[in-house]
Amino acid sequence: MNEKVSMLKEKAKELRKTALTMIFEAQSGHPGGSLSSADIVTALYFSEMHVDPKNPQWPDRDRFVLSKGHVCPIQYAALGSLGFFPEEVLHTLRQEGSMLQGHPSMLKCPGIDISTGSLGQGASCAVGMALAGKRDHKDYRVFTLLGDGEMDEGIVWEAMMSANRYRLDNFVMIVDNNGLQLDGPCDQIMPHIDLSAKAAAFGFEVYDIDGHDMQQILDAFDKIRAAKNGKPKFINAKTVKGKGVDFMENQVSWHGTAPNAEQYADAIAQIDRS
Amino acid sequence: MEKGKMIATRDGFGDEIVEVGKENKDIYVVDVDIGKSCKTAKFMKALPEQYVNVGIAEQNGAALSAGLATTGKIPFVVTYAVFGSLRMCEMIRQEMCYTNLNVKIACSHGGVTPANDGASHQAIEDLGVLRTIPNITVIQPADYVSARKLVRAAAETYGPMYLRFTRDAVPVIYDEDQEFTIGKAVRLRDGKDVAIIAIGDTVRLALDAARELESKGISARVLDMHTLKPLDNEAVDACINDIGKIITVEDHNIINGLGSAVCERTAEAGKGKVVRIGIQDCFGQSAPYERLLAVNGITVENIVEKAMKGF
Repeated sequence: MNEKVSMLKEKAKELRKTALTMIFEAQSGHPGGSLSSADIVTALYFSEMHVDPKNPQWPDRDRFVLSKGHVCPIQYAALGSLGFFPEEVLHTLRQEGSMLQGHPSMLKCPGIDISTGSLGQGASCAVGMALAGKRDHKDYRVFTLLGDGEMDEGIVWEAMMSANRYRLDNFVMIVDNNGLQLDGPCDQIMPHIDLSAKAAAFGFEVYDIDGHDMQQILDAFDKIRAAKNGKPKFINAKTVKGKGVDFMENQVSWHGTAPNAEQYADAIAQIDRS
Repeated sequence: MEKGKMIATRDGFGDEIVEVGKENKDIYVVDVDIGKSCKTAKFMKALPEQYVNVGIAEQNGAALSAGLATTGKIPFVVTYAVFGSLRMCEMIRQEMCYTNLNVKIACSHGGVTPANDGASHQAIEDLGVLRTIPNITVIQPADYVSARKLVRAAAETYGPMYLRFTRDAVPVIYDEDQEFTIGKAVRLRDGKDVAIIAIGDTVRLALDAARELESKGISARVLDMHTLKPLDNEAVDACINDIGKIITVEDHNIINGLGSAVCERTAEAGKGKVVRIGIQDCFGQSAPYERLLAVNGITVENIVEKAMKGF
């Protein structure tokens, strides 16, 4: 395993612990999806994206739109670690007056490229950012992370059609495909049948990866960076909801539940041991 | 454009947006496959690099526009008022207003002007629904000249805005040199017996009613309340304090539009009386525009009658 991969794996452990600490302290938040998307978010912020914590509005920065806004603790953990805001702010999740709202607010928190929380809309906003980049002949790219449950939303498919229509090869849609949505397994609530085939049919270049294998994540990003071919990119990342904490893994009940003190200590210990 | 000429406010939008677009490369038009009706065809031809068409996908058009605005663009997302206010409503709330982004929702076919299309296309709730959302500015010009001036003002003023235009030709009532400020009503006539506050295409009705009232010895003040939100409280207060009898006129449901906004102010003032003229909280049907106005009492005759007997 190379040095970069092991560094990123350690960083992902740190972010997982930070996110769980935030949710535990707030006694509110969404641990399951925060953990399933942790490795992807880590790879984006600590390897792939060009962002500047000292200049969050840098016009040429890469954009990240967390369309599944409810897993913002994992994004806040990354932003705090990078220095977009003082790390002590991480202890204020969901508190009155905090920049760390229950769902991300661009007007309150540095590093948030657009507010999200209402599912599906972030993907469409991200297409707008990518389109502006193309029209302005800029090199920045736009990454958006969605849940597989979020693919129920019609606006996502509208956004995908427009990404194809405007040949946005600077647009990267990543699906945190953990198989669960709020009310149960996606296959039972609203089956997506074959997301990768659908994305390909919508004109996307598709990458199927294990969303917890750091090497696979980086390899996909390497290929995407090189593929300036007019096609928008789709990463179908197979993940495990609650990844890294055994009693949370693949449990719908941990979608939006905060751990108690005993569960929290157990979870942190498990991540430390991994 | 000479006074009295018949031309629709949507033409004012279509003509002015090309001019502001030529002057400012950040001005974008985002169409949802209804550009021909909304008069953006000239913009599409003249400024293709500033033009986007997302197809029949209002939700995407709205949220995509918000994304454009985060990069400094000033998108005007364009459709019919009923779709622009209701189909796009949540994207307007979440991604334009909560974010306070510089996006303009520019809609034609406001009120019952899409008359023969029937109730599905008539926008009678848009002003009320949108004025409830924090940060938004809500505007409806009364004629072609004011439409052009207010489109320019909207392009030059930061913030999310809803601009409501209409299908049918209405007479030009303003001189070309008339100035408009967002949030400041225009006093078209002064009077001491009754105040008529109107918005959009009904301003012409208010003016006609005021002329008729004058012949009956009643003097009416007429305000063009082109900005519904923020409401020109100063102008409303002056009507309350100077006159005390106010008639509101709008091509919109009597619930939560101009009449309601004026009533809110008047109720808090604790004096003055308001009579609301507008759509009578009912859906329309396919019928001539003037008939739809008439069955709801949005007529010169009804304004005159209310002025004489309504208080």
